[in-house]
Amino acid sequence: MSNAHVKRAMGALLGAGLALSAGGAGADWEVNMTEGVTGISRTVYDLHMLIFWICVVIGIVVFGAMFYSIIKHRKSKGHQAAQFHESTTVEVFWTLVPFLILVGMAIPATKTLIAMEDTSNADMTIKVTGYQWKWHYDYMDDGISFFSNLSTPREQIENRADKGDHYLLEVDNAVVVPVNTKIRFLVTANDVIHSFWVPELAVKKDAIPGFVNEIWTRIDEPGTYRGQCAELCGKDHGFMPIVVVALEEQEYLNWVDEQKAAREAELLASGKDWGLADLMAKGESVYGTNCAACHQANGEGLPGMFPAIKGSQIATSDLSKHLDIVMHGKPGTAMAAFGPQLSDVELAAVLTYQRNAFGNDTGDIVQPSDIKAAR
Amino acid sequence: MSAVISETHHEEHPAGIKRWLFTTNHKDIGTLYLMFALVMFFIGGAMALVIRAELFEPGLQIVEPQFFNSMTTMHALVMIFGVVMPAFTGLANWLIPMMVGATDMALPRMNNWSFWILPFAFAMLLSTLFMSGGGPAGGWTMYPPLMLQTGDAFPFVIFAIHLMGISSIMGSINVIATILNMRAPGMHLMRMPLFVWTWLITAYLLIATMPVLAGAVTMLLTDKYFGTSFFNAAGGGDPVMFQHIFWFFGHPEVYILILPAFGIASSIIPTFARKPLFGYASMVYATASIAFLSFIVWAHHMFTVGMPLAGELFFMLTTMMIAVPTGVKVFNWVATMWKGSMTFETPMLFALGFVIMFTIGGFSGLMLAIAPVDFQYHDTYFVVAHFHYVLVPGAVFSIIAAVYYWLPKWTGHMYNETLGKWHFWLSTIFVNLTFFPMHFVGLAGMPRRIPDYALQFADFNAIASVGAFGFGFAQLLFVYIIFQTIRGGEKASDQVWEGAHGLEWTLSSPPPYHSFTTAPEVK
Repeated sequence: MSNAHVKRAMGALLGAGLALSAGGAGADWEVNMTEGVTGISRTVYDLHMLIFWICVVIGIVVFGAMFYSIIKHRKSKGHQAAQFHESTTVEVFWTLVPFLILVGMAIPATKTLIAMEDTSNADMTIKVTGYQWKWHYDYMDDGISFFSNLSTPREQIENRADKGDHYLLEVDNAVVVPVNTKIRFLVTANDVIHSFWVPELAVKKDAIPGFVNEIWTRIDEPGTYRGQCAELCGKDHGFMPIVVVALEEQEYLNWVDEQKAAREAELLASGKDWGLADLMAKGESVYGTNCAACHQANGEGLPGMFPAIKGSQIATSDLSKHLDIVMHGKPGTAMAAFGPQLSDVELAAVLTYQRNAFGNDTGDIVQPSDIKAAR
Repeated sequence: MSAVISETHHEEHPAGIKRWLFTTNHKDIGTLYLMFALVMFFIGGAMALVIRAELFEPGLQIVEPQFFNSMTTMHALVMIFGVVMPAFTGLANWLIPMMVGATDMALPRMNNWSFWILPFAFAMLLSTLFMSGGGPAGGWTMYPPLMLQTGDAFPFVIFAIHLMGISSIMGSINVIATILNMRAPGMHLMRMPLFVWTWLITAYLLIATMPVLAGAVTMLLTDKYFGTSFFNAAGGGDPVMFQHIFWFFGHPEVYILILPAFGIASSIIPTFARKPLFGYASMVYATASIAFLSFIVWAHHMFTVGMPLAGELFFMLTTMMIAVPTGVKVFNWVATMWKGSMTFETPMLFALGFVIMFTIGGFSGLMLAIAPVDFQYHDTYFVVAHFHYVLVPGAVFSIIAAVYYWLPKWTGHMYNETLGKWHFWLSTIFVNLTFFPMHFVGLAGMPRRIPDYALQFADFNAIASVGAFGFGFAQLLFVYIIFQTIRGGEKASDQVWEGAHGLEWTLSSPPPYHSFTTAPEVK
């Protein structure tokens, strides 16, 4: 155990005392649920606090009676035991009173639940698809779609660099939405079950392959809201955050235009022939976000779980087999079908990269047009 | 004459390893179950410490995420099926024949078999950690499609679960047969000790639900190897159906893990309050109500899967109802203490700790029942805090309380009271240091089952890790106390505790090999 660890352990013990006495002030000692930035999230917060305080009051009464008894009715103080052991009146009383309290809780809870489930009259719809281990967003009305990957560098995760402020809660492409708009999310998944959760919006819904779930939100304040996948989805479950950026109406429209322009440029790029160096550079970044989680940055995979690409039969001989497995995946394993996930350019680049990196050196160049032909 | 000869013949039993392998004696089998649970407690605990060591600070330090996931999965399977359930079965074996005035369990050979399946089942389960692709890492809930990505371990995990289920079902049949057929004259159902009652109900829950689990995992097996599509949407199946089937087993399972604890608290508290249990009949009815409700609340584990509104409302309201009979139990325990003449020996301390901390877990349970708020709690550390409060200072504390309470009866020796109190206070302080901060990080937004986390969760996680190591090492004291008591110590009287009532206290300490060779009279 290094010195830093010992210090941390000491700090933790000290912190435990502080947290109990100071009630946990400061951002790092957050002890409660966020109030969030939507009407629903505030209602949920109020309901949470209501139930919490009811529990506190019941706790004080029950534990109060118990501790009074523990202090007063002890043998060492010479207390003689009474022998009563039955009272139907009392039993009926403490069956009915909790029941009535529960009815009091159920009424606001039911109201809130009904409001949360009302996804009608949405102003816009975004389809959210969970993948191992990233999110895909599809703006149904504007034709914009993109993947959103964790952008925290590996060096930070592996403790080779200092961790940033938004460690593990930052992505390359955030999902951008307008404020004061009823947004409907259609939530589904491509491989295993994930769960879409942004605490500040008070929405959490499982993303289930073959099912489409609906949730809605209306954000009041512009800002950046961070969440995470909430359903265990395999190795990198802890590394697929959600970042929602809420913009004012006009800024949002500008963003939509930018996205559309970028898509035009991408289409142009896939029409031309690429050189090896450009493909390798682009391929390395595509590999980093899509392949490295399993096959590892060095291409060596994890023995017994994820095969190596370095020196593999598939990546060094017949191109059509290699292309097939990347495009269509391998059923029954974690290898997903990347055909529908990546563009022609990205697929061409990553195939070229895999066939030439890690000492595979086949010299093969795969062009976007080859991918188009194979689709 | 021949009767006399066979009597003496019965008293003879093999010594050494053969005694334990071939035993059909309820006390020997009870000891085997309890020792097995104790060993597994440390194995499951070591896994928990791997988890807490990795979560001590942000970043990946000690284990790979895949191995981390198999630790969370295995920790749960070991603690549920290898610790709490066998420990309760061990207590049932030791105590039920003595409490109802029987010689032994009704089905002694099956009793031997139901125990000896377990070491093999767990050897197989643990061996999967060394297989290609590692151990199961899809969580103990085994949701498909993720569970279907398990490597070579998969069929071994399924088979191990089948074996554990067979063991539990046989154990339950034995408990029911013993209670219903072997009670001494005058031991009417409504005179049985509450521990016997809660186990009777638990045994029915086990028989009703273990086959459901067996069915669910078998469907997983055929989905993976035989081309069926029960849970595969692409083949016309339904991944959510697994969750419904699993939790139809899983929620009654939660009560399987806690009802015998209610029975233990209801035995210990009256003894040390020197006052009869308050509301015996209402305790029985409350237990039965909880068991009934446990079958109609399962989908509160899956509020986020996208059920229709009517379904969410139904499961929210039925779940809230559970608070009523559970509340009745807590109120009855407090009323039992009220105006008693209390002393605070170690079993009483653990029983009181159980009542208080189980109730804290009950409060968070009530909060989790509220569906619209559960969307914020679901799959966060708030849930982890909740079920650890009901299972560790809940179920596990009750088991420890039971061991201290009946150990003098079993061994004929008193345990060391000073060390017992140390054990209680260390356990209580560290268990709260471990699990209380988990409420905070959960509410602040930390999902469960993640090997690494954002920086704002760092401080409370460090505290929880320190607490976990403290709690783990405090349990070594428990082992020391148990073995010290087995080896010797102050002689225990037959009644052991001044306020103890019940048939088991009329037997000698330690009791004869066959508990009641002539049925006692119950007045």
